[in-house]
Amino acid sequence: MRERAVACPLPKFSVHLGTEELVGNVANDFEMQKLIIEPGRAEKNYWRDLWRYRELFYFLAWRDILVRYKQTVVGVAWAVIQPFLTTVVFTIIFSRLAKLPHPIGVPYALLVMAAQLPWQFFSSSLSGSSNSLIGNANLISKVYFPRLVVPAGSVITSFVDFLITLGLMALMMVWYRFAPDWRVLTLPLFVGLSFAASFGAGLWLSALNVEYRDFRYIIPFIVQLGLYVSPVGFSSSIVPPKWRLVYSLNPMVGVIDGFRWALLRGQSPLWWPGMLTCMLVTSGLCLGGIWCFRRMERTFADVI
Amino acid sequence: MSDVVIRVESLGKKYRIRHQGARKYVALRDVVVDKFAAAIRWVRDKRRSGNGSRSPGLLPQMPTPASREDFWALKDVSFEVKQGEVVGIIGRNGAGKSTLLKILSRITEPTVGRVHLEGRVSSLLEVGTGFHPELTGRENIFLNGAILGMTRAEIKKKFDEIVAFAEVERFLDTPVKWYSSGMYVRLAFAVAAHLEPEILIVDEVLAVGDAEFQKKCLGKMQDVSRGGRTVLFVSHDMGNVTKLCERGILLSAGKVEFQGEVIALVTQYQKAAIPQSGYADLTQLSDRTGSADAQFLSVELMRGSVRESAFAFGSSMTVRTTIKVLKPLGNAHIAVAILSSDGIPVHSLENSNEGMIWSAEVGEYAFEIVLSKVQLFPGEYIIDLWLGDAQRARVDYVRAALAFHVLQTSESGLSLSLHRRDGLVFAPSQWKWTPNATNS
Repeated sequence: MRERAVACPLPKFSVHLGTEELVGNVANDFEMQKLIIEPGRAEKNYWRDLWRYRELFYFLAWRDILVRYKQTVVGVAWAVIQPFLTTVVFTIIFSRLAKLPHPIGVPYALLVMAAQLPWQFFSSSLSGSSNSLIGNANLISKVYFPRLVVPAGSVITSFVDFLITLGLMALMMVWYRFAPDWRVLTLPLFVGLSFAASFGAGLWLSALNVEYRDFRYIIPFIVQLGLYVSPVGFSSSIVPPKWRLVYSLNPMVGVIDGFRWALLRGQSPLWWPGMLTCMLVTSGLCLGGIWCFRRMERTFADVI
Repeated sequence: MSDVVIRVESLGKKYRIRHQGARKYVALRDVVVDKFAAAIRWVRDKRRSGNGSRSPGLLPQMPTPASREDFWALKDVSFEVKQGEVVGIIGRNGAGKSTLLKILSRITEPTVGRVHLEGRVSSLLEVGTGFHPELTGRENIFLNGAILGMTRAEIKKKFDEIVAFAEVERFLDTPVKWYSSGMYVRLAFAVAAHLEPEILIVDEVLAVGDAEFQKKCLGKMQDVSRGGRTVLFVSHDMGNVTKLCERGILLSAGKVEFQGEVIALVTQYQKAAIPQSGYADLTQLSDRTGSADAQFLSVELMRGSVRESAFAFGSSMTVRTTIKVLKPLGNAHIAVAILSSDGIPVHSLENSNEGMIWSAEVGEYAFEIVLSKVQLFPGEYIIDLWLGDAQRARVDYVRAALAFHVLQTSESGLSLSLHRRDGLVFAPSQWKWTPNATNS
């Protein structure tokens, strides 16, 4: 049993949620409702329920962030250290040692960092959401809510890290005295694209992970491999033209190119066929992910 | 029809059980291997039929993939619940209670049948679902509330009430991992108790917390039902079921065995559930918990060497139980618990309390425990069996393995005036009287 003393001294954390901070949706839309449960019926109520449980997205993400920063000593710093060190190492390896070409006028470190932003987001969403259902198994077997909330919540958690990394990017731009131009205004578009890609891929993996428990051993491998097949450490323009379209099937290629284009004054030009491929693949990933998740979701509580 | 809020129509839920015991989850590895094996088999069969020379029986058969069997956890369950009713659902473990609750609370889908629900449903299948040990009491109230379907505004509105009910004001900003188990449960129940659903589904949550808090919880549940809400209440504790519910449903092996007024229901349950013959074969019993490193095989009650299920007051009783040990347990603990028919523990007979040390090696053992005088008030009693390893971790636990009666008559045939309303355990006392000298 959980029998523990109460008197232990506790570290005080400044992150805590007081009642006074909570302002928000007052709407209580749990009006008197009729509900019919029968096989296959869940479909009809699903999207309405998702809207009804929208606050749960926020709460789950909030919990994950809170817990993470309470558990690790480095806390927020972790979200900064990781991409920063990767950028340093990649810059040294790809620029100094491998002497890969890069657009003139853009420091290599910024080139890497601009790619790190979506890549870190994508990879942490992938590993986060793939484990999210198993990690919340107790919730899934005890309470009803649209299961889609769980992987989505963990993508949102990764998104918070992304925002922190974005701050780091800004600092680095100041350091290199590199000011972005009007193109930076298109950034939200590419952020949206990377969000969709992360969410879509996360859905696939989280559902498969419940169904096949050894799937989680594959995920670190996918993430590791992904880092090298995505143009994080180099510019995608070094890929031979005849292979470029095939290369663009990796949705992160388009996303990373977009980030670089938006953040680095268009110095690394946008390649439209690649961009369109990326959008197509991403929306396919997303829709397919939702379809696959919905199909497997019905049995989650039974197999988890 | 208007006041029926829950209508369940021939509900059924089918599970697939896999017979390859060790395989708990489906692994992609296994799926790939199975498919691959099937492909090889297919190719080989093709070639074989092509040759036509060899008879199929000559080739060694590949092992077939895990054989499956359908298991109906619920079958053809129908009932109705009217608004404001408190309905108890009872049945032994594995009778389908949890499956029924999971379907009603939409955690899992039924295989056949349908359920009509009118009103917002909240289910409490566990207290503290989603509580995170690292978060403070305050944070957990919000998190848990949201998980149970409350909006932030609602939680905010009831926050003070919840805190007051749980009596944890001083520890609100302490992570719940430092809470005592009592505080934890109080807080968890408090959040749940302040949900305001039209239909509340509760599973055994009252089995936790201290007696005083349990009383408070029962009170709260009664308030809920008085407020015109409907409550479905699942419990093993017949005492609480009789206290709370007017009506109930008895499930057995996935079917509704009995439904009706609660006293009749409880009697039916006890009759149906517990072997009364003085002997129980436990080898086929699935309704047990523990690590299963060792299991009770049987239990028998005897007077002298004769099997018996009714004992005269004051007579001797021998409990004979056999145990099969599959893994060495070290110095194991065995307990034979005697409970009154309404679930109040009366005796716990333990080897360690009597100074008997049993080092459980692999093998089968028989134990005889002699209670030299049965001095219980006449009525029905239940025997639970418990086996623990050297650390007292549960190895096997069989609830209500057997029932027996204590008769109104003593061994010498004397009729005694012992009534269950007056007590449970007879305590011998010496009586004498003298005329009171000071008054005369």
